[in-house]
Amino acid sequence: MAEEVILLNFWPSMFGMRTMIALKEKEVKYEHREEDLINNKSALLLEMNPIYKKIPVLIHNGKPICESVIQVQYIDEIWSDKNPLLPKDPYQRAQALFWADFIDKKLYVCGRKTWATKGEEQEEAKKEFIGILKTLQSELGDKPYFGGDRFGFLDIVLIGFYSWFPAYQKFGNFSIEPECSKLMDWGKRCMERESVATSLPDPERVGGFILQLKKLYGIE
Amino acid sequence: MVTGDVKLIGSWASVFVMRARIALNLKSISYEFLQETYGTKSELLLKSNPVHKKIPVLIHDDKPVCESNIIVQYIDEAWSSYGLSILPSQPYDRAIARFWAAYVDDKWFIALRSILTARGEEEKKAAIAEVEERTDHLEKAFIECSNGKPFFNGDHIGYLDIALGSFLGWWKVVELDANHILLDETKTPSLFQWAERFCNDPDVKPLMPETTKLAEFARKLFPKPQA
Repeated sequence: MAEEVILLNFWPSMFGMRTMIALKEKEVKYEHREEDLINNKSALLLEMNPIYKKIPVLIHNGKPICESVIQVQYIDEIWSDKNPLLPKDPYQRAQALFWADFIDKKLYVCGRKTWATKGEEQEEAKKEFIGILKTLQSELGDKPYFGGDRFGFLDIVLIGFYSWFPAYQKFGNFSIEPECSKLMDWGKRCMERESVATSLPDPERVGGFILQLKKLYGIE
Repeated sequence: MVTGDVKLIGSWASVFVMRARIALNLKSISYEFLQETYGTKSELLLKSNPVHKKIPVLIHDDKPVCESNIIVQYIDEAWSSYGLSILPSQPYDRAIARFWAAYVDDKWFIALRSILTARGEEEKKAAIAEVEERTDHLEKAFIECSNGKPFFNGDHIGYLDIALGSFLGWWKVVELDANHILLDETKTPSLFQWAERFCNDPDVKPLMPETTKLAEFARKLFPKPQA
């Protein structure tokens, strides 16, 4: 039976980037459909993700899979014959899932505060943001990738944020490199992979998008 | 079969700890239960979960695993040849189970808890309405996942049953506190009947806390503001 794989996505989403990278790592042919989240969500999106009405949505042979970390696991399980993304060992898998959960609980909300808030709140957010990155850098250690020698699941979960780092730094007026140089090296290393380079947007474009959001939400 | 050294740091009252204990029971794994004292955190807990400092923590041959749903999955994989599978066998069913387990934690539980922390009648009413709406989603999820069988996972208890079912003790306590039925036999009949089956399962029954005891603990955890 011919596989039909559709990805409903929105280009700045660091979550959508995960699913795109995973599909590309597995060399899966898929149809990319760009959603206009700001003005007009498509009927298909609302039908396929009625609970959250969010992207990314992966549609495999007509059946929707929602939530990016769940999608990456699904992709790894369905297309298991090439490029394994998650470790085989149950303990290492549990560690990878733990850190993915940590990233999802902490990084997005804190990152947003670095450009969406001012004054004391913004200063706290910047400190917390660097703290989160240092924790992740510590987890990376001296390994080339989070999973070890091979690019995998946890690299995929985090790398989308790398395209937002320049914008966070610009709008928050702070610098990541001084305390997180190893992590920045990891980012550059990941960008050498075609799956990553073709899935992450130009950081300049992300900056423009943040300006658009600030206008939309009336944030100075 | 050698299971290795297994310890679980937790508390009798915690929903999240219960998830891990049900999973260990399903796999017939013997373990040492290290009960944390309310209000304090043991050295072992702080050492084993330095990032979140929270229970449960499963320690298997001195290696810690944190986050309840991750622990349940780990138990299923580390002891895959023991007992029945906890996660569904098909990737799509696994994705659906994971989605709804995350929904339980991210949306449903948050709404349930806000009933306990609500200040005033207006806030309480709004919180109750939210719980009812989200419980309705779970009713539909049950019908979709169970496919006519007794549990979310089919013939026997699995990942999503554990994720939601572990809340049943607290569900009852919040009902009593709110003086409002939150698991309605007529509004969500499938869930209502599933709840009874879940609570009576031999791997669950000994772990479900006694309502009065839990209600007393809830009053400590969520003290009511003085009138």
